[in-house]
Amino acid sequence: MTLDKLPRGKKGVITAVKGKGALRKRLLDLGLTPGTAVMVRKVAPLGDPIEVSLRGFELSLRKSEAAHIEVEES
Amino acid sequence: MDKRINIALIGNPDCGSTTLFNQMTGGVTHKGSFSTRDITTKEGPVRAHKNVSVIELPGTYSLSAYTVDDIATRDILLKGRPDVIINLIDATGFQRSLYLTLQLMELEIPMILALNMMDEIRNNDIDFDLQKLEEELTIPAIPVSASKNRGIHDLIHYAIEAAKNHTVPKRIDFCSGYVHTAIHTTAHLIEDNAKKKHMPLRFCSSKLMEGDDLIADSLDIQEPERDIIEQLASDMEHHLCTDREGAMADMRYTFIRELTDNVVTKNTESTREQERALRIDRILTNRIFAIPIFIGIMLLIFYLTFQSLGEWLCQGLSLGIDQTVAAIDVGLKNAGASPALQSLIVHGVCAGVGSVLSFIPRIAVLFFFLSILEDSGYMPRVAFVMDKLLMRLGLSGRSIVPMLIGFGCSVPAIMATRSLPSKRDRHLTIALIPFMSCSAKLPLYTIFTAAFFQEHRVLVMSAIYFTGILVSVICAYIFKHTIYKGDPVPFILILPPYRIPAIKSVGLRMWENVKGFIKKAFTVVFIATIIIWFLRSFDAGLNMVSDPDSSMLASIGKFAAPLFIPLGFGDWRASTALITGLSAKEAVVSTMAVLTGTSEGTALSAMLNTIFTPLTAFAFMIFCLLYMPCVATLAMVKKEMGGWRHAAAVMLFQTCVAWIAAFLVYNIGGLFI
Repeated sequence: MTLDKLPRGKKGVITAVKGKGALRKRLLDLGLTPGTAVMVRKVAPLGDPIEVSLRGFELSLRKSEAAHIEVEES
Repeated sequence: MDKRINIALIGNPDCGSTTLFNQMTGGVTHKGSFSTRDITTKEGPVRAHKNVSVIELPGTYSLSAYTVDDIATRDILLKGRPDVIINLIDATGFQRSLYLTLQLMELEIPMILALNMMDEIRNNDIDFDLQKLEEELTIPAIPVSASKNRGIHDLIHYAIEAAKNHTVPKRIDFCSGYVHTAIHTTAHLIEDNAKKKHMPLRFCSSKLMEGDDLIADSLDIQEPERDIIEQLASDMEHHLCTDREGAMADMRYTFIRELTDNVVTKNTESTREQERALRIDRILTNRIFAIPIFIGIMLLIFYLTFQSLGEWLCQGLSLGIDQTVAAIDVGLKNAGASPALQSLIVHGVCAGVGSVLSFIPRIAVLFFFLSILEDSGYMPRVAFVMDKLLMRLGLSGRSIVPMLIGFGCSVPAIMATRSLPSKRDRHLTIALIPFMSCSAKLPLYTIFTAAFFQEHRVLVMSAIYFTGILVSVICAYIFKHTIYKGDPVPFILILPPYRIPAIKSVGLRMWENVKGFIKKAFTVVFIATIIIWFLRSFDAGLNMVSDPDSSMLASIGKFAAPLFIPLGFGDWRASTALITGLSAKEAVVSTMAVLTGTSEGTALSAMLNTIFTPLTAFAFMIFCLLYMPCVATLAMVKKEMGGWRHAAAVMLFQTCVAWIAAFLVYNIGGLFI
């Protein structure tokens, strides 16, 4: 499953970060590395982006970007 | 005499480095000597320390080479070689912040870690072992509160000490296993290159393992070595079953995780501030209320800036200006100054100074409120809520606030684009802002709709504002597929906890904006007003004219008039008014009044009816809405985009758009009427 498909309020663990270039690097730099626990906190009023909680902080990213992140529901 | 010490201040975006910078310098700045075409650094003398200056580098999460901004930041550190780095980190976002710290430590530059928000850590009874952190990282770690001005004295003291003794971080090894082998082998391989090019060896080795070609180029690494490095990296990838970027990120975060376990002991999952933020967000980013609340807040700020508070301050100021100008006028008359000199001072110099000053109360009020929104943590929420709408235009949610300010005045709107993280977004937003109809155009619409559309004033007014938005949407769409092609910058944004803004920090931010405006606008607006005064007061033989019909300006207007015949308003008075509108958009109406020999009011309405038909009046308003912005705006475009070339391009582009739009209105409208 990818992160954008993870239901609101559900927790998961990152298994892989796909994609390439600047986007992928930025995701890795911010700590979205394999093995990291994440939780989908909220969906923006217009349906995109989403708010994700990880490593003790809240991050907002677009669904198209979250689609590069493989997660396993925990 | 002591040697000069340059402190580089760097941290994650929005970690409070601007606040810290302002506290260190007391708000005194000049453009940094490390500024390049792509990046503007702010530099200022450190208060109470002679020969010490601090440079604020743009916030970043990593020293990688993907965006223009990041490359520029890295170049400043590598080539500028500051004497000491202050790395400001948000102690509440400890893990994420340390990712940059680990890369900075490899640079072989003395370094101090400044931990912001430590008061929040203490308030939450989180055990944070500073001594352990210093031991593990081998650099001093100083708790500070940037907004409350605490710990800053110590911070500066330690930074200067480190710079004087040149104590570089001893620990630069964060890796283990296969990554360790790969980095160390690379380091041996490139040792001579790094020495020759004066580049930090460990930093370069790590970056080469990340696949950073820019570093390989600047080290001048030749073919056989490049092949070996490539082989090392792919061996590492093979062993770790991941790619090189993933392996390096994983290595750093593994170290950070272990360090965090040693240093931080907390009993709860989230801090009080985070829980409070969740509660506030239940309302502010609520599915139903989020957008109405945002619009409400913006309307309130608008009201305070352009109507009540800002307006009162403006009126007070203009009263003072009028009286001063009147006094100067009388003084000159009594001193027996020549009419030309008197006109230059009263209608040229004073009018120029007055027009710049009249912006200041509004800019101060607006940026006071915007600083509060920024410091409180609401801005990122706005971006979160509005992103989807802006994404369609190739922009991100962050552009919404500057664009909305554009309805008040383009000048502060363009200044507000500084908060946008990417250069591409900044430029695209700046190019679209002038299409948001600013409040200076309101007198024009008021008089024209009164003269031609008495029965449908609201409808016509709305149509004009809507046209502005529509044109900006169309232009954004065209830009997205032409000059600003390519992937939009990733919209990945941290949502910090809400915090109560510190008045001093808000004040300093406001002052910085006001000062920046005065500095830039004065020169440009001032010169432009004098030029317009000159053209209006003299004829081609350089004789002073009393009748505006025979001035140089009128000649230019008459010369330009045929250009506007296809738009339906070929009258020279209309084109002359448009030219004077460049000094300030309010001038369009006053020039029309002067040239038609009427005072503003019903007489002007009657005269306008002899020049325009309702259709051409509408085309004229559309042209005014869209054509090139006033000189104050152009000065800001030049400042923020970095050059007259950009300002000229914006000017030409908008005038073309305005011409086309007015042409379409006049000709398509003509088919129906």
